[in-house]
Amino acid sequence: MILIYLIVILLTGAFLSWIMGKRNQIWPRIISLVTLSIDLILIILFVLQTVPSNKDWLIDIKLDWIPAFGISLHLALDGLSLVMLILTFFLGIISVIISWKEITSKVGFFHFNLLLILAGITGVFLSLDLFLFYFFWELMLVPMYFLIGIWGHENRTAASNKFFLYTQASGLLMFIAIISLYFVHGLATGSYTFDYLQLLGTEMADSTAFLIMFGFLAAFLVKLPVVSLHNWLPDAHTEAPTAGSLILAALLLKTGAYGLLRFIVPLFPSASVNFAPAGMLLGVAGILYGAKLAFAQTDLKRLVAYTSVSHMGFVILGVFSFNELAYQGVVIQMVAHGISTGALFILVGQLYERIHTRDLNKMGGLWEKAPVMGAIGLIFSMASLGLPGLGNFIGELLILIGAFKANILMSCLASLGLIAATIYSLRIVQKVFLGNKNTEWKMNDLTLREKVVSASLVIAILWLGLFPKPVLNAAKPAILKTLNKQKEITFQNPGSKTIDDYLILSTQSFLTTKNTKKAQSTQSHCINSLCSLCSPL
Amino acid sequence: MTERDFLCLTPFLIIAIAPVMIMVVVSVLRNYKVVYGFSVLSLLAAFGSIFFVLPSIPHTIEPLLILDVYSMFFLGIIIISALLVTFLSYDYIKQLEGVREEYFIIIFTSTLGASLLAVANHFVIFFLGIETLSISLYILIAFQRSKSNSIEAGIKYLILASVSSAFLLFGMALIYTAIGSMQFGDIVAALTGHDPLSLLVRSGFGMMMVGVGFKLALVPFHMWTPDVYQGAPAPVSAFIATVSKGAVMAILIRFFFIIKGFNNHYLFIVVSGISILSMFLGNILALRQKNIKRLLGYSSIANMGYLIIILLTGSNKGIQASIFYLIAYFFTTIGAFGVIALLSTNEYEAEKIEDFKGLFWKRPFIALVFTLSLLSLAGIPVTAGFIAKFYVILEGMKAGLIVLIISMIINSVIGLYYYLRIITMLFSTPSEIKLPKLSITGNITIAIVGISILVLGIYPGWLIDLIIRFVSL
Repeated sequence: MILIYLIVILLTGAFLSWIMGKRNQIWPRIISLVTLSIDLILIILFVLQTVPSNKDWLIDIKLDWIPAFGISLHLALDGLSLVMLILTFFLGIISVIISWKEITSKVGFFHFNLLLILAGITGVFLSLDLFLFYFFWELMLVPMYFLIGIWGHENRTAASNKFFLYTQASGLLMFIAIISLYFVHGLATGSYTFDYLQLLGTEMADSTAFLIMFGFLAAFLVKLPVVSLHNWLPDAHTEAPTAGSLILAALLLKTGAYGLLRFIVPLFPSASVNFAPAGMLLGVAGILYGAKLAFAQTDLKRLVAYTSVSHMGFVILGVFSFNELAYQGVVIQMVAHGISTGALFILVGQLYERIHTRDLNKMGGLWEKAPVMGAIGLIFSMASLGLPGLGNFIGELLILIGAFKANILMSCLASLGLIAATIYSLRIVQKVFLGNKNTEWKMNDLTLREKVVSASLVIAILWLGLFPKPVLNAAKPAILKTLNKQKEITFQNPGSKTIDDYLILSTQSFLTTKNTKKAQSTQSHCINSLCSLCSPL
Repeated sequence: MTERDFLCLTPFLIIAIAPVMIMVVVSVLRNYKVVYGFSVLSLLAAFGSIFFVLPSIPHTIEPLLILDVYSMFFLGIIIISALLVTFLSYDYIKQLEGVREEYFIIIFTSTLGASLLAVANHFVIFFLGIETLSISLYILIAFQRSKSNSIEAGIKYLILASVSSAFLLFGMALIYTAIGSMQFGDIVAALTGHDPLSLLVRSGFGMMMVGVGFKLALVPFHMWTPDVYQGAPAPVSAFIATVSKGAVMAILIRFFFIIKGFNNHYLFIVVSGISILSMFLGNILALRQKNIKRLLGYSSIANMGYLIIILLTGSNKGIQASIFYLIAYFFTTIGAFGVIALLSTNEYEAEKIEDFKGLFWKRPFIALVFTLSLLSLAGIPVTAGFIAKFYVILEGMKAGLIVLIISMIINSVIGLYYYLRIITMLFSTPSEIKLPKLSITGNITIAIVGISILVLGIYPGWLIDLIIRFVSL
């Protein structure tokens, strides 16, 4: 029941803050803070109580919803969703705190939307019924649309419309794919259901599987976003209020990555392997092109937005590498990117509150005025470029190592992204905090509230960089589960498909050795050495 | 006629007697409130009598009427919609100058025509119902006699509807010539085993399709829609979009399924062509509309386009989907037009998109219901429209109508664009336009509609179960 409570608490909080918002401005903020804290505490208490076990799902709850169509309220939690949920509630609290001074109009409705989005995201991370998943997937769109459209910057209307149309159109493709899958499974087995666990392992022809997978991919790749479908992202991120950008970058993009891991790979084991070369290519293209675009921006917020494209390229690369190392990297990267990019957006928001511009050319030499802010900016720029000791390094390195096993060329190209990241990240520090003063700004340093927020994010990213083991351990069973599905299929019908030969070779050889002691010790050795590498810092 | 026949016709008798009684009362005492209250009570009684009738159906009154669960479902939907429209009309009609009580009489006669369509089993009733409905609608549309575009809309509807009725009648005559009967059952019997249909029958069906297409505002018979929707009083636009279209849909579905039109190659092509054209043209024309009533008119064209996909599924499940779709669509449309009606005064009709600028910050409650209605029309989750669209897509895909379903998906995205435009307007910075005070009845009606949209969107299981259990042809 705890899973349902998590969502219900958020929804109740949402309505309460809307109603109380009519009285005064402080109530909605407090209510949101309290609801999110309750959720965070609930989930942490749950983690502390749970004994590690080999069960596939830590909690699994299933209630009838629309039985006529085989739709149920099926929520379940495993390590992967657990990690994502903690991230969601943590950043949810942060986003309430950073909006404390920024949002002054229509406060009640703002927090209503904020909590509704978070409820949608929570639902996405928990749903094990495809219809329910789509329901939550769409549920987070409308409030996000309002968040951008009402509290955004100058071009908010165009940006919010673009965001909505892109995601909705791709979402509808996924919806068609879901219904097709429902029928394919129903016709084959006679039981018509949207239940994820039953749909797993549906037998279908390669071409059908590919078409259906394409529908899912459309939704997830637009959300991630992959290059060529990323058009909505810079506008939406730039125009949104800080809390909106934070949630977009840190959480909404992650739902796409989560979808790849949870749905694409297990539901379409062989089709996704077929797609892998193209997927990896898209990932690498995202890394390099996103970095290039980021470097070219003069609007600081836009710059940070494009770094997201680049960082999420690593996630795509990792997902389509199909091995445990890469997947562990993906999980770490998801969390680390959420924290580091979120922190950068918060920084941009703090700057904007003080100097009312996002133009890089008007900034410069701000370190003198605001040393604490400068230091924070430096830390997260370093995180963004992948400095050892900070979370992103672990994620990117694990992904690169994993990808190297799958495809050497792609991995090499992707590692160029690290250099590009160094360039654009240093450019942030250079242009904003160091260099000549282009304009004489009057500004004060971070207030206590802002310091607390930044400090907690710094602690989080350092923790992730120095001691990533808890996250890795939590996500490990989920990752193995995903890969096992892959393995069964790859072995069942080898040679039945036309795949990049190298890829299948490496995947298979990796998978065959996966369960042996040696391989495991190699892996843990690998991670341990990574950790020891970071520890001097 | 037997006693049982009369028993089964109770709802119709109530709807037929009520206007007569109002006429008598009005000739003695003109009191708006009394007439309104009596109308509401009669409609409630008619709705209640459906449950009273239920135990004695299915029942056929040879050769004209057929009373089965399907028709009772439609009858219920029609009466509820008429009731909601009556609620909405209270303030809107009250402020008109001149006679106003007649409005409710005509609401009853048109509802009677609509209900007849739900039970028709014979061309005579089919035509009688459509004519009763149309003639009442002419008056309703032109009810604001002081306004030129109201009169214009009335005359436009009068001329076009007469022409389309002529087509319908001619089509029926052709079929009668070929087959020698006007009862649906006999037509089926005569048609079975003739798969290419004779030219006479084919042209007959074609002509009837023109008549029905006009009433449902399907492309290419849609030209009247925007003008009439704009010119008519807002509650009447809601009435046309719901009661009139729903009733015609009821007979279309029944007739099409009885003659198994989906198996006929010729009819299949005609219907899918009309469906695709309606979706695309309706949505594309709505894109640049600045007048919300016209926009909703175009959106209704598109929505009927989605709905007639159901005709081609050829299964009871399809019919069930169409009923759910209609219920969802009715609430949604009444919500949208209801908000327009509540915000309009005799001097000023709130129909331009700018009139709704910043409505959310001034009248949060009705703006919220309006948003819900628009989201429901666009088919976004949490609203009834989403489940309805899902149901249609599900049944369409099951029947293998991939092209139609893909067009529907494409159109959902196009449609989203103009619904979003209105929603953006609702939430932007308020303008200085003064808004009328809202009455309690209006607020309650809107609340009912809003809650229904949400309930059907979040927990539709019970209604779907109910429909699946009882409705079939």
